[in-house]
Order: sequence, then C-alpha cells, then structure tokens
Amino acid sequence: MKIHSAGENALIVYLGDAPGQEVAARVSALVCALPEALGEHLIDIIPSYASLLVVYDALATDHMHVRRRIASVTLDAESDEGSGRCVALPVYYSEESGADLNTVASRAGLSVSDVIELHSATEYRVYAIGFAPGFAYLGELDERLKIPRLKTPRQRVPRGAVAIADRQTAVYPAVSPGGWNLIGSCPTRMFDPGRDPSMPVAVGDRVRFKPISREEFLRAGGEL
Amino acid sequence: MNGMEILSPGILSLIQDSGRRGYYRLGLTDGGPMDPRAHSLCNRLLQNEARAATVEVTLGGLEIEAGVDTWICVTGAPVPLTINGNERPRWQVLQVKAGDRIALGHAESGCRAYLGVADGFRIAPVFGSCSTVMREGLGGLNGSRLQTGDRLPCAAVAERTPLRLPPGQQPRYPRGVTLRVVPGYQSEHFPRLQQRQFFSCPFSVSQRADRMGYRLEGPTIGCDIEGILSEGICQGAIQIPADGQPIVLLNDRQTIGGYPKIGSALSLDCAQLAQQTPGAPVYFTPINQHAAHNALHLAEVYETNRQLQEYRL
Repeated sequence: MKIHSAGENALIVYLGDAPGQEVAARVSALVCALPEALGEHLIDIIPSYASLLVVYDALATDHMHVRRRIASVTLDAESDEGSGRCVALPVYYSEESGADLNTVASRAGLSVSDVIELHSATEYRVYAIGFAPGFAYLGELDERLKIPRLKTPRQRVPRGAVAIADRQTAVYPAVSPGGWNLIGSCPTRMFDPGRDPSMPVAVGDRVRFKPISREEFLRAGGEL
Repeated sequence: MNGMEILSPGILSLIQDSGRRGYYRLGLTDGGPMDPRAHSLCNRLLQNEARAATVEVTLGGLEIEAGVDTWICVTGAPVPLTINGNERPRWQVLQVKAGDRIALGHAESGCRAYLGVADGFRIAPVFGSCSTVMREGLGGLNGSRLQTGDRLPCAAVAERTPLRLPPGQQPRYPRGVTLRVVPGYQSEHFPRLQQRQFFSCPFSVSQRADRMGYRLEGPTIGCDIEGILSEGICQGAIQIPADGQPIVLLNDRQTIGGYPKIGSALSLDCAQLAQQTPGAPVYFTPINQHAAHNALHLAEVYETNRQLQEYRL
C-alpha cells in the first residue's frame, strides 16, 4: 500500500500498478473498511482500478491522522465484498445499434458472431464509476477484442450504447461525446436519478451481457 | 406570481447551493459555488442557512422580477446592481417589493456574482443538493442553465435585519492569481527542471475556462509518463495532458481521469481562480500539507470572526 498526498483534504492510496481481480478485491476491501476507520472525518471515496481517493474533513482532522488510520487497516481480500452480486445486462448487438460492430470484427479478424460470443461470454467486474454519472468501467475484455479508442471521438454517442476500448467495456448511461467503439445497445437504464437505486451496478459487482433480439430490445424499451 | 421570474438570464446563470456531497460512487461531481466565500457571505448577510440556494451569475447580465415582497443580496464579482433602474449597493441586504425589477450589469472585474434571497430559493434537491451541474443534467430547475421565463420559487419574507459587509471588508477581485499547490499524485514523475518551470513561469487563463476546469497557457510542462491508470480526481487537481498545458480541475470536473497530475491547488485559491477571465496571469507556488492545513484553519477563523454590520434602512 502506497499513500500519496492528493490535495489539501485528500490522499490517494495505491494498491497496485496494473488492473486485475486481485487488486480490485483489495480496493473493495479498503472501501468497506474506511468508513469505520475514519468515522465522521471521511467525506467520500473514489475507488478505481488500483487506487482509492480518500477525501476527508480537513477542518476536523489532518493528513497525518488520516494516513495513520488508512495504514492501520488490515486488508483481508479473502472476504471480497464485491464478489457477491452478478448483474445481467441485455444487449442488442447489431450494426444498427452499434455502428462499429463490423469494424471491430474485421480489425480483430473475427466474424460478427464471434465478437458477440466473446463479448457476452466474459464475466466482467465493475472497476470504477466515473466519467459521467452512472458510467461503469468494466473489465477485462477478452484479449482478442482489444481495440484502441477512435481517433476522433464522436460528438454524440446514444444512451445505452455498449462500447469497447482497450480491454474495457461500458454502457453509456446518457447521450454524451465519446471515443469508444460501439458494438450494440442495452435497454437497461444505467443511471436514472428518479429511481432508487439509481444505478443497476456498483463498484465490485459482476456484470454479464446477454444477447437479445431486435424485438426483445424494443419490447424492453430500447430505442434505435 | 410567486417567487422570482427570469427576464433575462445573462450569459450564464445557475442555481447553486453549497454543492453535492457523498455521491462519488455514482460518478456525481461536487458542483456548488465556484466562489464559496462569496456564496456563503451572501447567505450570512441574508441570515439564511449556509447551504441555501443562490443564483451564480457568470459575467453578469441577469434580470429578474420579484413576485413577492422579500429581501435580496448580491455578493461576489463587482457587477453594477440596479432595482427599478436605481443603483443599489452590493454586499448588503436590500428590501424588494413584488413587481420590482432587479438587474445585474456586467462585471467590472472578476467573473462570478451571487444573488441570494431571504430563506433561499426553494428548489427541490436531487441527490441532496439543488446545485446545477449542466454536464450531468442535474440540479437547478431541470438540470440546465436558467432561461428567460423561468420562475424561481421563494417565500414572501417581511422581516429581516438589514445587514451589510462594511466596505473595507469587502473582498476584492484583482486580475491575476497565485495558486498555492500541494504537490502530490504523480509529482515525482515530473522531472526537477519541469517542476521548476511550472513553479516559476507565468501562465495565463485560456479561452477554455469553465466550471469543469481552467485550462491555462504557458510553457510546456513535460512529464516522464503519458497516461496513468484512471484514478480519482479531487477539487483543484492540476492535470497535465500530453500537450503540457495545465488544467486546474474545479467544481464540475469528472471524478475519474487518466492524465498525470502534479498536485492540487488550495481551495481558497481555486475560488480566486474562478473569478479570473481569459488572459489573466496565473502563477503556481508549492506549499506542503502542513502549511495548507494551517491556511485552511486561518481562513476559517477569519470568516468566523468576520463582523457583519447592521445599517439603518
């Protein structure tokens, strides 16, 4: 565990150098332990692939105390709190719902059905949530589907777009600009401020994509 | 009509309370007033709760009509304030009657002013706050900037102590700012020479400066790594992308990102930065975490001891 200064009221804790299940389990374990370790001094936490940003109340405590409290946490990655839940997200994979599907297939030297098969066969882990409300970074994508971001990001990616970049995949929670490769569309709302919970997934959860037909997609409220 | 009606929103007017807290796990950013001191003084003068909603007016131009008898106050950047065409002082609680027209001219210096009302604007909170974050489409009336014809609900208030901030105590908004920086994050990946350059050369505010962040222009700052594994970004973090031009990340920033960061600017100085417009000079100076801690406490003591003055109506 390495603890670096981040700002006047924030420390960043690094638990590894590369993404992976083991590091993610340690991140999840620390996320669970911090509220008790820091009590009311804790303002909020941003977990990510291999780090946690810890924001504390700088008028009530100081960085030395917070450092000590964080360092005193024993990480028991065995009791991986994140491993419990697996959320299934339906996806309509097609060129009409995922404009880059054919390009992804040809660049990978695979057929479109192979791409769908590979993308939906992996059980992903939610590594981080950020970029936009409800945007969940999922990993890791099958090595054979690894593809760089678009050279020129799109001005407008539709809500529900299922996309891949490097060894990550995600569902765009709202219309936004974006540089990932689109391969399908998911009718499940990833972020709905009016609903409780407002997101179907949390950091540490597992996600599996389930291919559905055009009809099922439209019936589930998907829009083309 | 109840509350206030927007006759003209000016360049950019947004509902802001003290900000959203505790929702990083959903990817929600802080929002809130870019100049928290001006926002909280506005509420203190009006004898409101500290987190009450005000309107943050960027560069000026806001015109509203009161629909109730109440009290208002304008703080922050010096924007000429008129009620029914008569010039009125800022940093002072002022009585308004239903039908009065309140107009804010354009800022003579600074960038952001705050218009508050007795008991605050009554806007339904989302995720615990009514602060508007346009990028997220959350807060305010419908997640967006105020528009002509919008109605801001507020109560009729008969009694309020007429308070003002004595002129000698009113914050000034000079052009240019020195940001105290707590080095951190990937600072060790910035070679010594690059760090010296960063902390000694002048930068200036570019045209791309908004509530998400202030992009600066100046000497290119090199880093020996190009990208990092995406990680959490705190308020004031200074990100240096591949082009070497620093971006100071502010209230509406993304909560996660993958560019190297050299450290973070003190919140007190970020508030001053938020009052700068394109072309203004910006300097960086390093301070350690102890000094940052002391600066925060001193500022807090100073604000707590600040005396507001009662004046005769």
